[in-house]
Amino acid sequence: MLTFDLKRRSEPIVSPVAKSALLACSIITAFLIGGVLIEILGASPILGYRALLAGAFGSIGGFIDVIVKATPLLLTGLGTAVAFGSGQFNIGSEGQIYMGALVAAWVDLTFQGLPKPILLGLAILGGATGGAAWALIPAALKAFRGVNELIPSLMSNYVAILIIRYLVNGPMQQPDSYMPQTALVPARLPLLSPAPYRLHAGFVLALCMTAAVYILMRRTSLGFGFRAVGASPAAAKYGGVRIRQTVLLVMIISGGLSGLAGANELLGFHYRLIEGFSAGYGFTGILVALLGRLNPVGVAAASFLFSSLSVGANNMQRILKIPSSIAGIIQSIVVLLVLGTQVLLEYRPSVSFSPTRRTVD
Amino acid sequence: MTTMLLMKNITKRFPGVLANDRVSLDVREGEIHALVGENGAGKTTLMNVLYGLYQPDDGQIFVRGREVRICSPRDAISLGIGMIHQHFMLVPAFTVAENVALGLKSSKGIVLEMDSIRRRIEQLSAQYGLSMDSQAQVWQLPVGVQQQAEILKALIRGAEILILDEPTGVLPPQEILRLFATLRSFAAQGFSIIFISHKLKEVMEIGDRITVLRQGRVISTIKATDASVEELARMMVGRDVNFAPQRKKPVLGDAVLRLSNLTVFDDRGVEALKDFSLEMYKGEILGVAGVQGSGQTELAEVLAGLRRCRSGHILLGNRDLTNAAPHTVIEAGLAYVPEDRKRVGTIGTFSVAENSILKSHTRAPFAGKLLLRRRSIAEHARCLVQEYDIRTHGIDVEARTLSGGNLQKLILAREVSRSASVLVAMQPTRGLDIQATEFTHRKLLELRDSGMAVLLISADLDEVLALSGRVAVLYEGRLMDVLPAELANKQSVGLLMAGIGGRRDGGTIEAEEKGHSHLGSTHLRRGAGD
Repeated sequence: MLTFDLKRRSEPIVSPVAKSALLACSIITAFLIGGVLIEILGASPILGYRALLAGAFGSIGGFIDVIVKATPLLLTGLGTAVAFGSGQFNIGSEGQIYMGALVAAWVDLTFQGLPKPILLGLAILGGATGGAAWALIPAALKAFRGVNELIPSLMSNYVAILIIRYLVNGPMQQPDSYMPQTALVPARLPLLSPAPYRLHAGFVLALCMTAAVYILMRRTSLGFGFRAVGASPAAAKYGGVRIRQTVLLVMIISGGLSGLAGANELLGFHYRLIEGFSAGYGFTGILVALLGRLNPVGVAAASFLFSSLSVGANNMQRILKIPSSIAGIIQSIVVLLVLGTQVLLEYRPSVSFSPTRRTVD
Repeated sequence: MTTMLLMKNITKRFPGVLANDRVSLDVREGEIHALVGENGAGKTTLMNVLYGLYQPDDGQIFVRGREVRICSPRDAISLGIGMIHQHFMLVPAFTVAENVALGLKSSKGIVLEMDSIRRRIEQLSAQYGLSMDSQAQVWQLPVGVQQQAEILKALIRGAEILILDEPTGVLPPQEILRLFATLRSFAAQGFSIIFISHKLKEVMEIGDRITVLRQGRVISTIKATDASVEELARMMVGRDVNFAPQRKKPVLGDAVLRLSNLTVFDDRGVEALKDFSLEMYKGEILGVAGVQGSGQTELAEVLAGLRRCRSGHILLGNRDLTNAAPHTVIEAGLAYVPEDRKRVGTIGTFSVAENSILKSHTRAPFAGKLLLRRRSIAEHARCLVQEYDIRTHGIDVEARTLSGGNLQKLILAREVSRSASVLVAMQPTRGLDIQATEFTHRKLLELRDSGMAVLLISADLDEVLALSGRVAVLYEGRLMDVLPAELANKQSVGLLMAGIGGRRDGGTIEAEEKGHSHLGSTHLRRGAGD
């Protein structure tokens, strides 16, 4: 019988060169598989990828698009990374985006009399608070009742999406409009690029958050406790880390980052709350966090890769008539390969032939 | 006697290490061959080569005179080699029969032949005098019986050469005797047994011949009857080892820890510690003996704040720590070396430096208001590494790369560095080699002499007796008695461990029926043998 086997290496591979090579190979392989798919769809992979590259990096407009699309991914990716890295499996980022956007929109529309910069600040803060408050529901269930956070946080997504659907079709709907949307908000994030490009300040905010999350997780005693709970809850408890407090705080920070993503999209891009507000950024953010190996810098790189793939794929669709969903397929394959090949750092694959097994007599 | 197994000049290299250097080992039919050596001496590597987990770089293996190549555990099993790992490979929620069935090929295709497996188990149990209920779920069985299930699993797979890796590490004294009896009956029936251990007394008791490994080489193979503990230790370590007991009559100073009427439940909600009262004094080592599962774990955990007590009080100095949170207990000055070094005592993916401040990561000088002070953390970690001679490739490597002994040194170093007044040490030397054990014992004695109160909870009765000024004995969650060192010996403590005697209910001798008939008699035999 021919068997494929993985044997534990006597020492895991730690060399950064080998790790980077493995990462590069995974990404290249994902693109090769994507190429085969493009071929099957009847187009030339070379032309396809050329169109993809041109779409993402061939023009200023495309590149700005990449940055604008990377921003919410980066923020939700960071939120997920904080949670997962601390052992809290918050998969409610999508809903937290919606609740963040909701509170930001409400603040912005309600306190219109305030000076614009103050209103903007309050709206951003409101966004973070909204996401955090929404994440606090599964967090409290876990901290005080011992409920696993996975299902509550997952379900909270749908509740949030439906609440927003109700609000933009009812109480918060723009007066005199039949569209499922609120009125335009007055205070908005400033644009950083001249018209017609729409690079907004949210990107800078997201970069600041990347640094903040890095410092929080790696340099503060609070982050030390978070990571300890993530790595080994029993050891963390033994080490005196307050578990309940950690669960709550981590979820607040994680939800706050996703809420910030919602505020960002609202105040920098849509300028109003609409039905179907987020294009699945919360869910993609989970992939981004995993691909970035829960490391803030890695998350930034991954969000950039994902967003250039989807912006580029739109161009590919325009030019070659290949469905842009090919980007989603490549994204998924990248994640699968990058995470799957991690096992090779600790295990060595081997193929062996062995005689048949014994049976009961 | 014919040679059953011959390993000839086995060499196995790992990057930077020569794990086995031309190691030769022969095991005869019906022989119990003990393999001893320090951690890292190459015992496990050699056995992994034999079991097909590693391929040797050089050397030959002969089974019943025929040269064989063993590429996988499956090859090893088909050659009649069975391995009983130190950590059992059993599914707790399965019955014994189901565990045996796991991985066996059924002749009826996908239909399980549970009946025939059950019959085989019963037949084999009867043949070797084991009392195995094939329908019992594994988690309900005592460790000793779980081990027997592992052995049966190997036998049903046709094993004739049994490898037992540190089989006594998890067993209480009585169970060890029973295991030895079982092994002897196997040997008498012609099985060959390779017995891996670093407890020298055991090895001399059970082994026919003993092979000593040191730094990947065979130092010697000698008859057990020709061996002495001192000589074996010298061969293992490469120098003389001091075995003299270090216990000292306690100068009973001030009571630092007062436990009164503690009642604690275990994870299943069963009373694990009943009305437990004890006082500990400055500068003493108080040993806690007892059969595994007598409430030791719960005692340690309730002290560390990791488990709640239903009633009773814990006073550390003047501070009431009853049901205090772990961080409060840590602050109050109670150090705790937990039983599970890898899962509780350290965080494997954290660096040595990070682990060195696990309990102080929010406190000066390691942290300011917000930020960690990396320089003082590194300095602290380097200090501990140096003072405790922790073998590591630096303070930034992950703790999981450290050996058990070095991990234990790291934990001990960290706990002691925090100026505590009481140290609770749970199984501090389990699984450690002689040198690390010696080191740990020396440190515990130093701590005692420096005025710390040390609560030493250990399943190793020799250790408890050698170090403790007083010995407290637990039986089914009750404190049987606290004996001063001069009255504590294997017999007196052994009887108390079996629930016989003691001072409870006004000192009357009282034995629970089952404890008396079963455990008690084992103990008397053991006592006679000493």
